[in-house]
Amino acid sequence: MRVQVTINGEKHDADVEPRLLLVHLIREVLRLTGTHIGCDTTHCGACTVILDGRPVKSCTVFAVQAHEREIMTVEGLEQNGALHPLQEGFMAEHGLQCGYCTPGMLMTSHAFLAKHPAPTEDEIRRAISGNLCRCTGYVNIVKAVQHAAAKLRETAGAGGAR
Amino acid sequence: MIPAGFEYHAPTSVGEAIGLLARLGEDAKVLSGGQSLIPLLKLRLASPRHLVDINRIPGLAYVKEAEGALRIGALAREVDLDESEVVRARYPLLADASRVIADPLVRNLATVAGNLAHGDPANDHPAVMLALGAEVTATGPSGERRIPIDAFFTGPFETALRHDELLTEIRVPAPAPRSGGSYMKLERKVGDFATAGVAAQVTLGADGTCSAVGIALTNAGLTPIKVNKAEAALLGKRPDEAAIKQAAQLAADAAQPDADLRGSVEYKKDMVRVLTARALRKAFERAGGGG
Repeated sequence: MRVQVTINGEKHDADVEPRLLLVHLIREVLRLTGTHIGCDTTHCGACTVILDGRPVKSCTVFAVQAHEREIMTVEGLEQNGALHPLQEGFMAEHGLQCGYCTPGMLMTSHAFLAKHPAPTEDEIRRAISGNLCRCTGYVNIVKAVQHAAAKLRETAGAGGAR
Repeated sequence: MIPAGFEYHAPTSVGEAIGLLARLGEDAKVLSGGQSLIPLLKLRLASPRHLVDINRIPGLAYVKEAEGALRIGALAREVDLDESEVVRARYPLLADASRVIADPLVRNLATVAGNLAHGDPANDHPAVMLALGAEVTATGPSGERRIPIDAFFTGPFETALRHDELLTEIRVPAPAPRSGGSYMKLERKVGDFATAGVAAQVTLGADGTCSAVGIALTNAGLTPIKVNKAEAALLGKRPDEAAIKQAAQLAADAAQPDADLRGSVEYKKDMVRVLTARALRKAFERAGGGG
């Protein structure tokens, strides 16, 4: 079946089997390997992408369901060679160790901060509760999201938009 | 994990979907949120030859109050319940449940209707809808029929829906004045099924006694369980600690859980007792009756 999807603003076209999962379309057909496959059982959130504004587990969506829809993956965060405040936050606050969960954490946080620019720690912890990290214990991830939230508020306050 | 091959259908109207279901027969499964179905397909616990994806049918993603009921369309997601002002203000039992089902990413896709149609006694909405006295609208080749939720769950993973019917709407009766509800779920971690879950919905009469009550249990048997004895014990009584404790014990007695990695039968029944008392206290508090 023909699938047309827009990923990070770019249109893609592929001919796929209906049973192909969205994560496999993204990684193996379109070669955007920033999105990871972790548990493959809808638990870990490493495969999280933003589908029409909402973060979802791309191992639990068929590629054909994304036809004519908009997807954002971790590759869409960096703009013109500049890292996104979330990426800077994860670096500055040591929000990753092995990095396996990081793309998913970033996508969930990105969609979350768009709706909650000034979140509490509790709200951040709830927001990322579908993304598992086995290295950091989440403390630094929460700090990284707070770091990004502050930076994004600053930018928004200065009239800039990201 | 890759599911077995299937033919994919994406109807754009309810009529077209029902036509497909009627024509394809038992070999077809409806795909809505997919958060239970796709994992089953990947594990090859199910291998239907046809999937009828209803996500492209417009006009089914609503959550609104109309004609004395909260009406939840077939494609309303859990996140839509969570973000609904009317649910937050008037249906606290639903609001509670919408925040503890699976995890936030799953809730962005999972539908309320699918949570019922899947017929899994470990799902949360079955008990919630039993406590609320909801009604399910099934649309088939000969039109719509309304199924009271009490008659909907016919067995483990079995419902009153026929293979050519689509669950198109859920209706939750609008709460009477001085009503309140609460959902209490014990889970080992976010995303796990409930070790035990209890839904309670109550109404207080003018004299401060309990004039209506619904109590139901999640993952405490082969089907979701409505605990009629516990309800009967509370009706007409003041919701004091003694009445709540008695109802909680009756709920625990009615639970028929299996021992598994989440706990022994005794432990789970006792958790039903504890959670029923907590859910009732919270529900009465929200109804305006103190504790």
